[in-house]
Amino acid sequence: MALVLNEEQGMLRDSVKAFLSERAPVAHLRKLRDSRDPVGFDRKLWLQFAEQGYSAVLVPEAHGGLALGAVEASIIAEALGRTLTPTPFLSTAVLAARAIARAGSATQQAELLPAIAAAETVIALAVDETSKHRPGAIAAKATRDGSGWRLDGAKTFVLDGHVAERCIVAARTAEGGLTLLLVDPRAAGVQIERTLMVDAHNAARLRFDGVRIGADALLGEAGAAGAVLDEVLDLGRVVVAAQLLGLADAVFELTLAYLKERRQFERAIGEFQALQHRAAKLYIDIELTRALVLGALQAMDADPAKAGLIVAQAKAHACTTANRAVQEGVQMHGGVGMTDEFDIGLYMKRARTLQELLGDAGFHADRVAAMGGY
Amino acid sequence: MSDLESFRRDTRAWLETNCPPEMRRPVTSESDACWGGRHFKFQSEAQRRWMQVMGERGWTVPAWPKIYGGGGLSKEEAAVLAAEMRALGCRPPLVSFGIWMLGPALLAHGTEEQKLEHLPKIARGEIRWCQGYSEPNAGSDLASLATKAEVHDDHLIINGQKIWTSYADEADWIFCLVRTSTAKKHTGISFVLFDMESPGVSTRPIVLISGKSPFCETFFDNVKVPRRNVVGELNAGWTIAKYLLTHEREMIGGIGDRGAVKPLGQFAADTVGLDEQGRLRETTLRVQIARFEIDEAAFRLLMQATGDRAHHGMGNPAISSALKFYGAELNKRRWELMASAAGADGLEWEGERSHDGTVARTWLRTKGNSIEGGTSEIQLNVVAKRILGLPGA
Ligand SMILES: Cc1cc2nc3c(=O)[nH]c(=O)nc-3n(C[C@H](O)[C@H](O)[C@H](O)COP(=O)(O)OP(=O)(O)OC[C@H]3O[C@@H](n4cnc5c(N)ncnc54)[C@H](O)[C@@H]3O)c2cc1C
Repeated sequence: MALVLNEEQGMLRDSVKAFLSERAPVAHLRKLRDSRDPVGFDRKLWLQFAEQGYSAVLVPEAHGGLALGAVEASIIAEALGRTLTPTPFLSTAVLAARAIARAGSATQQAELLPAIAAAETVIALAVDETSKHRPGAIAAKATRDGSGWRLDGAKTFVLDGHVAERCIVAARTAEGGLTLLLVDPRAAGVQIERTLMVDAHNAARLRFDGVRIGADALLGEAGAAGAVLDEVLDLGRVVVAAQLLGLADAVFELTLAYLKERRQFERAIGEFQALQHRAAKLYIDIELTRALVLGALQAMDADPAKAGLIVAQAKAHACTTANRAVQEGVQMHGGVGMTDEFDIGLYMKRARTLQELLGDAGFHADRVAAMGGY
Repeated sequence: MSDLESFRRDTRAWLETNCPPEMRRPVTSESDACWGGRHFKFQSEAQRRWMQVMGERGWTVPAWPKIYGGGGLSKEEAAVLAAEMRALGCRPPLVSFGIWMLGPALLAHGTEEQKLEHLPKIARGEIRWCQGYSEPNAGSDLASLATKAEVHDDHLIINGQKIWTSYADEADWIFCLVRTSTAKKHTGISFVLFDMESPGVSTRPIVLISGKSPFCETFFDNVKVPRRNVVGELNAGWTIAKYLLTHEREMIGGIGDRGAVKPLGQFAADTVGLDEQGRLRETTLRVQIARFEIDEAAFRLLMQATGDRAHHGMGNPAISSALKFYGAELNKRRWELMASAAGADGLEWEGERSHDGTVARTWLRTKGNSIEGGTSEIQLNVVAKRILGLPGA
């Protein structure tokens, strides 16, 4: 398949970019942050995501969705990376939508997928338990309890966990297999603590102490959710990689403009070769990430079970590139780059969070080595 | 079945019948490749046959028109041929400066007569070319070159010196930049072709840090060259020279792509071994190799994306400088890691065990990747100026 967007994908990219830069530019995030908004995103904007079809992108047609793929979801994520707009898009329209579409029963799908498509709900995925992403070491326990389940454990870095109506919690059964449970956060024994993060990211820590869950809350097969979870996480990883790419693009545009505009020593600072070469290298890194991310997205849409290696490569590469973009961005702006008033710092903070999210460059480099047999 | 599918099926069948087993192993070094030319010493009968049968079909240069000795394949068919060759592990039947550099330049700027004279001989591996660009005082600042060509009615008389001329001592013909006017720097340069057996041409090999001597000093003492061997107009050679450079850069950038060779991680697994958990025994090296392989994958896809974008009319020619920079640096990194993975064994310089020091010598040879075809710094200058539009670059 050619490594270019097709016509419809190109149109989607242009429209989502235009929509977000008009409706929710970086100032939108700033306002939510400075007003200490208890929700952390704009519910009206989230409903507009449904009007635009963005929240329905991965939902099957039978449930009111557009049944598009990872490529299209990432076009939206990339645009969100440019504007830093907080929305439940990743948690709900990507991770939860895919988990429910893959593993949900007919009843669960009929109840939840149309609500996701219509942006009428927020559903969080709770996987991480430690400060580093380590899905192989999930310790939360799902114990059989009559016909239902009892859930014990603690989760961290749960995106939108502070406002979610449902949580998909990954836990281990006594036999050691992974199980996904659909938990109502209002149930007895659930504690929610919103985490206030460096980039005003919307996330929470969740505790489950003997939470009793009905049999109908089991998502997929008990003890056999490993493959579904792998797919959902890989989808999330490559979508986050696309978000990092959009972020790097935006930072690079800001920086390049500054190199042409800022004058010192009677010339534009962009005339200094030390800066030119660093900018040129950064440009090349961004182009490398763009090609690799698109390759990973196409692989994900072709066959998620075979996309593991290239997804790991793409997330690792995007982390490294975005990291370099924000570091160079701040440095090349000089003092103004250190001010809260200027946007570049917001990009730096968001890049840090997105690097940790679903595995940083080191985590994915380790996967690449393991899959390469070394 | 679509035409392309039947082309694929026929191509595979033909390759399976005609590609000798010895030619289905990766090329191990420059001297292991088939360069062709009047004096080329084939390393095996298989190497000779493979060049010949492919040359007869025009598949040494699949996309060139048939009248010039090419295969006349469409872009799609050429991609199928490349994919099928890759799948079977077939080596390129012929590599040469004629294929990579002069051919594209002649196709774009040569007269019909020049094309018909030179291109088929390149395609069949009969004439091997070398590149006379650099001079002792004209390296990165190539347009300051001083090799002088006196213009007469029907011929030029050339005097001067070139340097770093790769394989000048093995080449049959040279494409050469000469100064035909001193009035202006860039518009006083002409692009000429001549036989290295012409009276007055001499070469002196230079030994490289790898111990090999694939490049030379090249001297011209009153060399007489017919006027019809000037490509393009007199004094207008710089445009052609630059056009050729973008092809050279693409080609050198291509070395960033490992091709069919074993992945670095597996090479290291064989040399340093794995622990009980199946991880490389050298933990730092393991991380460095993984990060290298990630960049390598990204580079391969960027090469592909660049081709696809050009096909959709979205290309920028200066991207060849970006690819040249990255491919060269990537290949240097690959061989730093290869040398490290090989450890003390990789230090052996002679003897059968090390195949006469393949690792050590290739490691050293790759250092030239970021110098030949324009240095890494020059490529970054081009990216800064032509792609990023930075001032004064
Ligand atoms: C293996 C190999 C094969 C070659 N084969 C051929 C061949 O077949 N034919 C041929 O004609 N030539 C050939 N060359 C020559 C090659 O093109 C030149 O070496 C190259 O263009 C650099 O020129 P130079 O060696 O004079 O270095 P210089 O131009 O003197 O450069 C020295 C250093 O200064 C830096 N520098 C120079 N200008 C700038 C600038 N504006 N900004 C920043 N840094 C700068 C360079 O990047 C480099 O690091 C070959 C070289 C090698 C290594």
